[in-house]
Amino acid sequence: MNGASARYMRRRVVNWVSLSMSVLGTLFGLFWLVWLLWTLVARGVRWLSPELFTQSTPPPLAPGGIANAIVGSILITALGVIVGTPIGILAATWLAEFSRRSRLAAVIRFVNDILLSAPSIVIGVFIYGVVVARFGHFSGWAGGLALAIIMLPVVLRTTEDMLKLVPDQMREAAAAVGAPRWRVTVMVVYRAALGGIITGVLLGVARISGETAPLLFTALNNQFWSTDMNRPIANLPVMIFQFAMSPYDNWQHLAWAAALLITLAILALSLFARLVIRSRSFVK
Amino acid sequence: MSAADRNATTLTHAIAPEILAGAGRDPARATVIENPKLAVRHLDFYYGDFQALRGIHMDIAERQVTAFIGPSGCGKSTLLRTLNRIYDLYPEQRASGEILLDGHNILDRDQDLNALRAKVGMVFQKPTPFPMSVHENIAFGVRLYERLSRTRMDDRVEWALRKAALWDEVKDKLRQGGTRLSGGQQQRLCIARAIAVKPEVLLLDEPASALDPISTLKIEELIAELKSDYTIVLVTHNMQQAARVSDYTAFMYLGNLVEYADTSTLFTNPSQKQTEDYITGRYG
Repeated sequence: MNGASARYMRRRVVNWVSLSMSVLGTLFGLFWLVWLLWTLVARGVRWLSPELFTQSTPPPLAPGGIANAIVGSILITALGVIVGTPIGILAATWLAEFSRRSRLAAVIRFVNDILLSAPSIVIGVFIYGVVVARFGHFSGWAGGLALAIIMLPVVLRTTEDMLKLVPDQMREAAAAVGAPRWRVTVMVVYRAALGGIITGVLLGVARISGETAPLLFTALNNQFWSTDMNRPIANLPVMIFQFAMSPYDNWQHLAWAAALLITLAILALSLFARLVIRSRSFVK
Repeated sequence: MSAADRNATTLTHAIAPEILAGAGRDPARATVIENPKLAVRHLDFYYGDFQALRGIHMDIAERQVTAFIGPSGCGKSTLLRTLNRIYDLYPEQRASGEILLDGHNILDRDQDLNALRAKVGMVFQKPTPFPMSVHENIAFGVRLYERLSRTRMDDRVEWALRKAALWDEVKDKLRQGGTRLSGGQQQRLCIARAIAVKPEVLLLDEPASALDPISTLKIEELIAELKSDYTIVLVTHNMQQAARVSDYTAFMYLGNLVEYADTSTLFTNPSQKQTEDYITGRYG
């Protein structure tokens, strides 16, 4: 066997080994995901019922639903998204479009990355300190604010990355027909990056809709139906936390059902957004 | 990577000293053009500390095609990019000297860049359709400066597409994404987009280098066609192309304008040895 074919054999072996390891790695990752989803469906699906959506959380051993927690979660999450998304997108726009190489931008990027990896419980305690303690009571507003702070760095980071992926030629082409900078950004760059920006927002929504720790310090929980953002408000994560740890069977069942519901809701939201992007997008 | 970056990084040819001798230092042979549309005077250009253009002096004739030729990194694209100040998007790039458009210095600090670019349109090497429909791609630039009714806008879009010899191919696809067209169609869409704004000057930066021969032919026919209405400045790698479509040709080398003459003179009877070496394929 000459040298060239020995090299060729070696290359084939290396190729085979790397490929096998990648496949194994993928299977390993997927295994846990499938197991998790399977457990969730197997244990949760039998407790899904119309009452979940019509009745509020019951006392132990009494029938009931989780309607108050669903509505509470939607309100708090919506507040988080409404506050976190525009700030995140505007900040990312400044970083990616107007101040790419400045020193201040580098500092902001660094701080944002720290915020991105900050433990959510710290953010909960922070909001507890500046909002809950000051006003003297837990509230939906405080919960929403905590979620907004968690969402902000996610949106900022992904949006900036997506804007940077838009080639400079696109900006040049838009400027070359005489468009002012803001129009280039809004009409051309945003559109080119739309799919990525929406994905970033969805990632943020997925992240905050499961957050429990910051809500324990801010929105707390509420056993009764309430849409008053000025008062403690029920929400799915804290409700799951409380009910799953309880010794009562019916509470545990509701926790399983709620966990499944959150997962399905995020799945549905992602699919919906993807469909919308695909139907409206002009990018291949 | 933008064209500008590319130019900045590839300008590292080894230079034979005799090639540089006399570069751009032959004012006696400077081509005299009556009432030039554009007049470049003492133009220097810098990418940061790197000087990419040295003392460029040239007149560009109205309603004629002027071609810039030269090896990669010679500064021909850079020169083109000064004519609509598109380089202004990048803070580290700057030009000094004068560029007179109809006698008015566009390098002035208080020159309105958007108005300038509406007057001096540009088409890039890579087709850059915006992420929107064919119709919107063209209407985008028009809307910046004119308020047209729907029917008049449709007329303008059709006019521009006909001018760019694209109408027959896309008249049934006006609402489809511009990125779904073929490469050659995309490039003609970009030309239509530039024309729709009704500029006076068209800058073409290697408009056919990414296209197949048939699309290239179409673009060249189009250039000949458009000459009657617009002053066209063309950067090309392809000397045959310059010889076919241009009235005047400028040969550049290492940031200097080596020779500038009417096209037939430059190709048949160049006065500089470097020009002769280049057009006979001895280097570049």
